[in-house]
Amino acid sequence: MKLVTAIIKPHMLDEVKTALEAFGVEGMTVSEASGFGRQRGHTEVYRGAEYTVDLVPKVRLEVLVDDADAQDIVDVLVKSARTGRIGDGKVWTVGVDDLVRVRTGERGLDAL
Amino acid sequence: MTPLELNSGDTAWILTSAALVLLMTPGLALFYGGMVRAKSVLNMMMMSFGALAVVSVLWVLFGYSFAFGNDVGAGLLGNPVEFLGLKGLMADDPSAGLPVMAFVGFQAVFAIITAALISGAIADRAKFSTWLIFIAIWVTIVYFPIAHWVFDFTLTDDSGAVTHTGGWIANNLKAIDFAGGTAVHINAGAAGLALALVLGKRIGFRRDPMRPHNLPLVMIGAGLLWFGWFGFNAGSALSAGNTASVVWVNTLVATAAAALGWLLTERIRDGHATSLGAASGVVAGLVAITPSCSSLSPVGSIIVGALAGVFCALAVGLKYKLGYDDSLDVVGVHLVGGLWGTIAVGFFATEAAPAGVSGLFYGGGVDQLWRQAVGAFAVLVTSFVITYVIGTILQKTVGFRINEDDEISGIDGAQHAESGYDLGGAGLRGGALLGSSSSKAPSTIESMSDKEVSA
Repeated sequence: MKLVTAIIKPHMLDEVKTALEAFGVEGMTVSEASGFGRQRGHTEVYRGAEYTVDLVPKVRLEVLVDDADAQDIVDVLVKSARTGRIGDGKVWTVGVDDLVRVRTGERGLDAL
Repeated sequence: MTPLELNSGDTAWILTSAALVLLMTPGLALFYGGMVRAKSVLNMMMMSFGALAVVSVLWVLFGYSFAFGNDVGAGLLGNPVEFLGLKGLMADDPSAGLPVMAFVGFQAVFAIITAALISGAIADRAKFSTWLIFIAIWVTIVYFPIAHWVFDFTLTDDSGAVTHTGGWIANNLKAIDFAGGTAVHINAGAAGLALALVLGKRIGFRRDPMRPHNLPLVMIGAGLLWFGWFGFNAGSALSAGNTASVVWVNTLVATAAAALGWLLTERIRDGHATSLGAASGVVAGLVAITPSCSSLSPVGSIIVGALAGVFCALAVGLKYKLGYDDSLDVVGVHLVGGLWGTIAVGFFATEAAPAGVSGLFYGGGVDQLWRQAVGAFAVLVTSFVITYVIGTILQKTVGFRINEDDEISGIDGAQHAESGYDLGGAGLRGGALLGSSSSKAPSTIESMSDKEVSA
């Protein structure tokens, strides 16, 4: 099993979610995040005083998937989250050793 | 209707104007409140509401008498005991054009907003109890006497005999200050500068980001200030007639021009026209047109307003250059705007306007200009020096500045045991805050329910 994590632009969430659902993903976890990449945030001006806002708002989206689907889901994420402009985010995959559904106690792929 | 009968139209306008001006103080609370960080929004607003509470009471007890009692010496102070507790002012006097109580109420709200304006210079770091004490002392020995200088006109009866003696700026100097450029704005601005110096800089000034936490609040506040300011200026005509109407139009157009002036300055200097700039430009224009609204033409008002926007936009940067922390730019907007508006009368006044005086650019020479400059300078120096002394004494006795920990964690919690916002979110922040007070909250609830049971 794999955990696919994507950091995306907040306004792309609906589109990404729809694409994942269309692919057949049945669950996901979405949380607010903030951070910066190479673009280093942006500058705001208040009465002439400049403030550099380093941490820009992002959405973190996590999906637990079968090993076989992982690469396809990464592709769906990359395709649906892309605007082509700076700050589109990142997608990465890590291995998951074990998984338990809390309600039933099912483990592994059954708990997906 | 003879002029000596009570004029119900004028009375209605002055009472309405007084209510409009009263709304400026909650408006100022929003304007200032939005400009500070979320952790100190309530204290910022409470300083305005505190001014409202303290000054209203003192005005009735002795403030009106200090300001509008018969002069007791050289035009510096009204007779403090003449109208103590507003005695003798409740009786209906059908021969007066305007009930004196309408004037009492109208002038009360000027005193309130002037004191509240000062708070912008000391955001995030003043003990609330000391602030209330400061206001009580400040209005008593600074505002009330200066209001006498500027607003108390000498009155004569039909035979020319003097029935009431007023203050020196209005009557001897004859500087024009229609609605309070000196008494309100230069006064509050100079006091703000003095307090900013006494209290010192906020922790992290010029190092930490101190962005406004809610610009929509700032915009609402600026809008309410503009709305109320029509009462401030046009109400100062003390009658619902031509003067009030000219002043109303000048107040509209100078303010609009100042917003444009500020935005243009920002666009050129910083690359963006900002909402905070628009709101600030509005206030700068209102400040500048306050002393000059009865003496300018509408076109003159546009020029004075636009320049006010430019001057104030440039002046707010002074605090970074000179190193004083006038947090919300009371100096940059009110002192500079007030000085400009007061001096501008000497340049742009036209005889065609209700005040009937010509300034330098309208063939009047420098006569009015020097009068304006002396009035402005006198108020500036008096207010700065006395405020500095009051602030220093309070700092050294009861303490004026809150301690470092409270300032870092936020003055709202430390001084008022409240926080401005509970946004819920995922419950993490709210939970963390609750966690920190978990030992206290349940016991409070228990003790309340115990009381209910025993009752």
